[in-house]
Amino acid sequence: MSNTIHVTINGIALEVEKGKTILDAANQAGMIIPTLCFHKDLCIAGNCRVCVVEVSGQKRLAAACATPCEEEMEIQTNSLKVRNSRKHIIELLLSEHNADCTKCYKNGNCELQELASEYKIMTQDFLRLAPMKNYTIDQFSPSIIKDDSKCIRCQRCVRTCAELQGVNALTVAYKGDEMKIASFFEKAMNDVVCTNCGQCVNHCPTGALVERNYIEEVWDAISDPDKHVVVQTAPAVRVGLGEEMGMEVGSRVTGKMVSALKRLGFNAVLDTDFTADLTIIEEGTELLNRLKKALKEKDNSVKLPMATSCSPGWIKYIEHMYPEFLEHLSTCKSPQQMFGALVKTYYAKARKIDPENIVSVSIMPCTAKKFEANRPEMHDSGYRDVDYVLTTRELAIMIKQAGIDFKKLPDEKFDRLMGESTGAGVIFGATGGVMEAALRTAYELVTGREVPFENLNITPVRGMEGVRQATIKIENPLTQWDFLDGVELKCAVAHGLVNAQKVMDEVKSGTSQYHFIEVMACPGGCLGGGGQPIPTSPEIREKRMEAIYAEDAGMPLRKSHENPEILKIYQDFLGEPLGLKSHHLLHTKYIGRDRL
Amino acid sequence: MVAHSYQLKRADFIFKNENDWERILDKMLKRPTRELINELMSSELKGRGGAGFPTGLKWKLTAEDPSDTKFVICNADEGEPGTFKDREILTKVPYKVLMAMAVCGYVIGSNQGYIYLRGEYKFLVPELNKVIQEFEYYCKQIGHDFSIKIFLGSGAYICGEETALFESMEGKRGEPRNKPPYPSSNGYMGKATVVNNVETLAHTFTIFKYGAKKFYDLGVQYSRGSKLFSVSGDTPKPGIYELELGMSLQDFVNEFGDGDTKAVQVGGASGFLVPRKRFEKTTIGYRGKLTGISLPTGGSMMLFNSSRSMYNVLDNYLEFFREESCGQCTPCRVGCQQLHFGIKAVKRGDKPAQYLDKLLKLTETMQLTAKCGLGQSVANSFSSIVENFREEMIY
Repeated sequence: MSNTIHVTINGIALEVEKGKTILDAANQAGMIIPTLCFHKDLCIAGNCRVCVVEVSGQKRLAAACATPCEEEMEIQTNSLKVRNSRKHIIELLLSEHNADCTKCYKNGNCELQELASEYKIMTQDFLRLAPMKNYTIDQFSPSIIKDDSKCIRCQRCVRTCAELQGVNALTVAYKGDEMKIASFFEKAMNDVVCTNCGQCVNHCPTGALVERNYIEEVWDAISDPDKHVVVQTAPAVRVGLGEEMGMEVGSRVTGKMVSALKRLGFNAVLDTDFTADLTIIEEGTELLNRLKKALKEKDNSVKLPMATSCSPGWIKYIEHMYPEFLEHLSTCKSPQQMFGALVKTYYAKARKIDPENIVSVSIMPCTAKKFEANRPEMHDSGYRDVDYVLTTRELAIMIKQAGIDFKKLPDEKFDRLMGESTGAGVIFGATGGVMEAALRTAYELVTGREVPFENLNITPVRGMEGVRQATIKIENPLTQWDFLDGVELKCAVAHGLVNAQKVMDEVKSGTSQYHFIEVMACPGGCLGGGGQPIPTSPEIREKRMEAIYAEDAGMPLRKSHENPEILKIYQDFLGEPLGLKSHHLLHTKYIGRDRL
Repeated sequence: MVAHSYQLKRADFIFKNENDWERILDKMLKRPTRELINELMSSELKGRGGAGFPTGLKWKLTAEDPSDTKFVICNADEGEPGTFKDREILTKVPYKVLMAMAVCGYVIGSNQGYIYLRGEYKFLVPELNKVIQEFEYYCKQIGHDFSIKIFLGSGAYICGEETALFESMEGKRGEPRNKPPYPSSNGYMGKATVVNNVETLAHTFTIFKYGAKKFYDLGVQYSRGSKLFSVSGDTPKPGIYELELGMSLQDFVNEFGDGDTKAVQVGGASGFLVPRKRFEKTTIGYRGKLTGISLPTGGSMMLFNSSRSMYNVLDNYLEFFREESCGQCTPCRVGCQQLHFGIKAVKRGDKPAQYLDKLLKLTETMQLTAKCGLGQSVANSFSSIVENFREEMIY
């Protein structure tokens, strides 16, 4: 049986693979069909009906995204019937939508607005339904704002939360004209099982789901002459920000980003990568300690596998879904929170600044980081460790507001202290990165030799596979680690919380042999985070990932333990890994939460 | 009623009490399945839920599917306003339906049947379960492996749409699926499934007992057999009547009208309104004679006399659709709101009379683009009422 099908699109003959939809075929033919509910990350819904096309011999129009091509199909994507229907559907969506675009956070980055502009919807003949519904805006979450009046019910957020994250914080409620996207019993978003990962925000075509922004607060702090405003930037921001600035996907803009931040008026531009390196030292030591207790001292109370704790979405997920496994989490704070605690202690002391006057801002690819900074535990410096968290998108807005021509900026370097980093810190931005960075250091610590991979690239833990496993055999260790001789260190890497669930269920059932697991809440890791530029897709994340590894490969230092500032901070301030000061500033506890 | 003016042909199959269903079942289970499909195909029975898909073809397609597990589902989610025939069948002659399901299971290769029963018909469950028990006991005795379970709906109109029905049965939100794939290959639990209306199954009993010819001889070309009609509204004799298909609406009104019939809504809220001037030209069936129109229907016939405001009638239907749309697709969810609030705005004078024309265009889009039959059929009642009673909408 032949594997190809012959169709014509607008009269152009085309050969397409069997099973492809009309939308696929149109793309292949270089024809663009507008879509709203369609998203490359998600299953087909076919509910917005914007993509309808005419198929010869069929009475009704077909949704291009949901209709498979059939032999001899003759498809019209721009007939009068199609145009009129499509226009009608856009008008209907606008009639139900709070289309007060100039007052919308997503103004200029809204798929519905784009369609309205494309089809030149100049009149509003239909009745305006949005005001009749009396929606209130849910602003209770520190991370996500939900405004139902702007929702077009495409269910992309619902599918995202179910298919990518397995959390189901958002579902469809009611029917008919009352149908809406709701949280559990319509409780506020801060009061339901939501990980704040922001993938819904990243997949929302309109302004119905947006991050809670702190742009004005940060401007205020910068303008306050009494404040010393410190900013840290997460690894994934430098491979995403360029997209917001009109550059190609996958552009590496580290130098320009630093430059822009300095021009915005931050007093010090520092790097979260520094505390990523610090995390490796602390977390790597913690792992080796656990292994020592389990394998040498035969202490059965030691919890293995140990799980990473960098991703606040993952932390909230495990707190809700697997509270009995909290002791498996590394006690290390995330790099953002380590940084926050050090800025108002170590940094303040070294720079002789009253921590009271320091405002600590972080630029993150993440909305869950906003929640994390807001956690009551995160006040170990004696102050709130991180005052404001901005997403990559919010930073882009500030750069635009400041009138900075980003593409023309020179490359500049991070300030010191806490600005030096290694390639190991950079790869925290990609799924598998923490694992790779930890292995580069731990292996060398134990054996005195570099990890046995070409150019330090531990390829088995890289990639976009949902769950990846790797085994590293330890041979000829240094004498104090001789109990690890011949041990096969088993690791698993998961990204996207549906995949975390797979690994956790394995752990729960007792069949897992893992020693160490890395989980990132978002697909692709932080580079696909909920605070990264919109749109996102597998291809986009792939390019950002290439950029991350290119950044790593280009760094003079690639192993966390070689970072001179790390050596210095242990010498001058922390003493030793897992020491008293570390314990106080860099480690934390977790809270079991309800599943409802 | 004067005898010579009586043009309707009554039939009496469905509610005829047959006490030999066991014998018929035995007989059917001994015949080759292909023969049974041919019997159904030659009877030209079409689905009595309203869509009119040829029943024999449906069984044939599902029988040909290679799926290892298959299901037979009796759609008893009778939700169309003005329809109440299925309830009566399940009350009076449930064994006909059960037997037909078992035969269907034999034909397509399924040993599991479900009755998707409308939530509001919960009171039927105890009686029905008793009959099912007896039925299953008999099946066991003759060594035929087939069981039937009742699945209670929760009151959503949309779940009568077959793919929304599957979703509902699978424990999900009752929302129609994209088609293709069709139920004959991808139904309940993703398996090949036959979904037949209660009445359709009851008719197959007739066909299996008396032969296809007996059924085929009733009705007219393209619209064979008899059909149950739920007669309501301004009529001196509301009720359920089994009539041959192909009658003219004039004959129907002569029989059931109160002498002042202004219009008849054929097929419930999702059907068409026929005004008096079209009674003669309208036939009830699946395809027209050479002249005139013919209307397929699930059997709801609502008569309205001159005391009725057609605006109120439409207002009522549109409120129903506005609430009963599942809400997932744009044309149906928003379209129903625009139509309903739109006619109110015209009535109030907030919108000019010409706004009705914009709404009529909108119904065309709904018909062309809605995801399922519900959204597509709202246009039927709206355009037939607005076009024929425009002045009642405005003044």
